[in-house]
Amino acid sequence: MKYLDEYRSGDIAAKLVERIRRVQTRPWVIMEVCGGQTHSIVKHGIDHLLPKGVELVHGPGCPVCVTPLEMIDKAHAIARQPDVIFCSFGDMLRVPGSDGDLFSIKSQGGDVRVVYSPLDCLKIAKANPDKQVVFFAIGFETTAPANAMLAWQARGGGMTNVSLLVSHVLVPPAIEAILSSPENRVQGFLGPGHVCAVVGYTEYEPLAARFHVPIVITGFEPLDILEGVLMVIEQLEQGRAEVENQYSRVLDRGGNRPAQDLMGKVFEVSDRKWRGVGTIPESGFRLRDEFRGFDAEHRFRVTAIATMEPAVCISGQILQGIKKPHDCPAFGTECTPQRPLGATMVSAEGACAAYYAYGRHLKDADLVTIGEDGR
Amino acid sequence: MSTKEEERERENLGPFGSCPLPIFDHPQIVLGHGSGGKLSAELIEKVFVSRFRNPTLDKMDDQAVLEIGGTRLAFTTDSFVVTPIFFPGGDIGALAVNGTVNDLAVGGAKPLYLAAAFILEEGLPAADLARVVDSMAIAAQDAGVQLVTGDTKVVNRGKGDKVFITTTGIGHVNRATQLSADRAQPGDKILLSGSIGDHGITILSQRDGLEFESALESDCAALHGLVAAMLDEAEAAGNLAGVRVMRDPTRGGVATVLNEIAQRSRAGMVLRENAIPVRDTVRGACEMLGLDPLYVANEGKLVAVVAKEIADRVLAAMRRHRLGTDSCIIGEVIEQPAGMVLMKTSIGGTRVVDVLFGEQLPRIC
Repeated sequence: MKYLDEYRSGDIAAKLVERIRRVQTRPWVIMEVCGGQTHSIVKHGIDHLLPKGVELVHGPGCPVCVTPLEMIDKAHAIARQPDVIFCSFGDMLRVPGSDGDLFSIKSQGGDVRVVYSPLDCLKIAKANPDKQVVFFAIGFETTAPANAMLAWQARGGGMTNVSLLVSHVLVPPAIEAILSSPENRVQGFLGPGHVCAVVGYTEYEPLAARFHVPIVITGFEPLDILEGVLMVIEQLEQGRAEVENQYSRVLDRGGNRPAQDLMGKVFEVSDRKWRGVGTIPESGFRLRDEFRGFDAEHRFRVTAIATMEPAVCISGQILQGIKKPHDCPAFGTECTPQRPLGATMVSAEGACAAYYAYGRHLKDADLVTIGEDGR
Repeated sequence: MSTKEEERERENLGPFGSCPLPIFDHPQIVLGHGSGGKLSAELIEKVFVSRFRNPTLDKMDDQAVLEIGGTRLAFTTDSFVVTPIFFPGGDIGALAVNGTVNDLAVGGAKPLYLAAAFILEEGLPAADLARVVDSMAIAAQDAGVQLVTGDTKVVNRGKGDKVFITTTGIGHVNRATQLSADRAQPGDKILLSGSIGDHGITILSQRDGLEFESALESDCAALHGLVAAMLDEAEAAGNLAGVRVMRDPTRGGVATVLNEIAQRSRAGMVLRENAIPVRDTVRGACEMLGLDPLYVANEGKLVAVVAKEIADRVLAAMRRHRLGTDSCIIGEVIEQPAGMVLMKTSIGGTRVVDVLFGEQLPRIC
C-alpha cells in the first residue's frame, strides 16, 4: 500500500540497523518524544532490532497520559451533568479520574461520544440545540490547530451551545524540563514529527545548543524511526548537537503557518500541570480572553476542582525517561490496560500500555529466542 | 519486604505512589463487556459459567456438541444488534442466519434448523422488517437450513434499537470430527480463509460522523460449504482428526480467536504479519483511525488450525471454494510461550498479539 509499505520494508530496515551498528562505538540513550513513536517502536519490534548499546527511552509525548488528574475530574464533573453531550477523542474514555472513567459515566446515563474531528462537535451542536456540547480539547501542538478551529468556527457561527475544556500542552518546555533534571539520562532525541509539521522546529534549535543534545525531528513509520536513530547516533559519535529533519517529506523548518496563525488567534501560552510531573511554566495553551465565552471550565463552573497528585509517582518518572515500565512492581500484574493504575497504561500511546500490548511483560530473552527461531 | 516497599510504606503512599485508583469492578455494564475481549470473558466466567458449570459449557466452544441417542448434534445461539441494520454487503437478517450457521459449521456440523426471536422497537417501518426477513429467508435457503420456530416481541420506542434478532440453531455432526479449541499442537499450521476486517470497517464506515467513501462490503456469508470442503479433503487424506480447531473470527477479530485457542490448547503461536491478507481500504481506514485489523470483526471468514501433514491439501481445497480463494497459511503453533500469540512483523521484529481488553479505542493522533 502506497505511503505505508515503502516505510516498512524489512530489507531496508536490516540495512539501517547494520549502518547503526557500524557507526556506534559506545552506549547511547535516546528518547523518542512522541507517544506515536513509542507505539510504532513496540508494535513493529524496532527496539529488538537495535544493537545492545542503543537504549530507547520513552518520552512525555502521550497526550492522554500527561493530562492531569484534576482536568479529568473536571471533565467527569461536566460529563455527568444532564443536557450535556461530552465529546472526546476515543482513548480518553478509559482514563480513570478520582472516581470512575468516562465509560462508567456513559453507562450511568451520561451522553459521552467519541469524535474523530473536533469539528464534528459543531454538527452535533446544530443537531441538538437544546443540549450543551463540550469538547475535551487535549493534546500537543498536533491537535491544537483543529481544536482552535472548533473555537474559531463556533464563535464565527455565533453558537451558544459549544464549549471546549482545554488542556493543551507543548513539547519544548517538557524537553527542557527533562534536560534540566539532575536525574536526566537522555543524550539525544527523536523529535516529534507531527508536532513540528505544525510549528516547525526553530524552537528546538536553542534547546539543542544550550544542552548540547542532538535533536532529529523524526516520523512514525519503522524506517523513519531507524533512520532517526541513525542520525542521532551519527551526531553523538561526531560530537555534534544540531537539529536535523528526518521527516522532510512532511515538514520544513518553518512548519504550517496558517495553522500557527489560527492557534495564535485562539490560544495563548500559559502554565500547565502535567500528570505525574507537576506544573511546568509556560508549557501549555489556554483560550485567549476573546474566546473565554467558549471555555467549559467557566461555563460549567468547575474551575475550583483541584485534585492533588502526590509528588512520587512512577508514571511521572516513565514520562521523563528516568524509568521504564517494567521497573514498576505493578506492571503487567496489578496494573494492566484492563485495570489501569496509571495514565501511561491507559492510552495506546502510553509507554506502559504499548509495552503491555506488544508483550514487554515477557522476558526480553524469550522474545529474542522466538525471533531467531521464526526467521 | 524489600527496602523500596518499606520506603513507600513509610511515606504512606501505598505501593503505587500517586497512580489514580483502579477501576476494579464496574458497578454497571459498560460497552467493553460486549467487546469480545477480556472484559467479556470476565463477565461470562464470573456471571454465567460459574452459575451453570457443566462439562459441555466448560469447553467454551462456539457451539455445544451433544450426543443424543447416538446422534451428535451441534447446538448454538447468538444475538444480533448491529447499527445500521442495512449495510453494504448485507443486513441484520443475513447476519443473524449466517452467524448461527457459521457457529454450527465450525463445530463440524451440517446446519439443519434455526429458531429466530425478534425484539422490535415501536415505530420500526414494516417495510424495513419485511426487507430484513426477506433477507433471512434467502440466507436460510442458501445455507440449506429451515427456520422452524420463532417469537416476536415489541418494546416501546427508545427501549430498543429498531430490531434485535436472536437465532438458535441445530446441526448434525455427521462425521467423526474432534474439533475443539483445546486441540492445537506444536507444529500445526494456522489457516485463514481470506482478508480480515472487511465487516467491521464496513460497519464503521456507515456510522454517523465517520462516513467515508469506500467500495468496501461486509464479508457476511455462510461458511458451511467451505467447512465441508475442508473436512472432505482431510477425510480423503485419511486424517480427519488433523483438522483440530475451526473458528469464525467475528467480534474481537482474528487476534481474539487465536488467543482463545492458544490459551485453551496451552500452546503458543507465531504469525507472520506479511502473510495476513488485509485489503488496502481496510488497512487505510485502520491506519487513519488508529485501529488494528487483527481485532476487527469478520462475518464470513474462518481460521483453522490444521496438522502440518495435511495443511497444504486443506489449503488447496479452501482455495478451490468460492469463499476461500484468498486462503493462506498465516503462522504456526509452537510450544512456548504457552498461551500467547506472537507475530513476526514486516520489518523483522517480534511482538505479542494480546487479547483486547475492552473496546478498541481510536487513538488521538
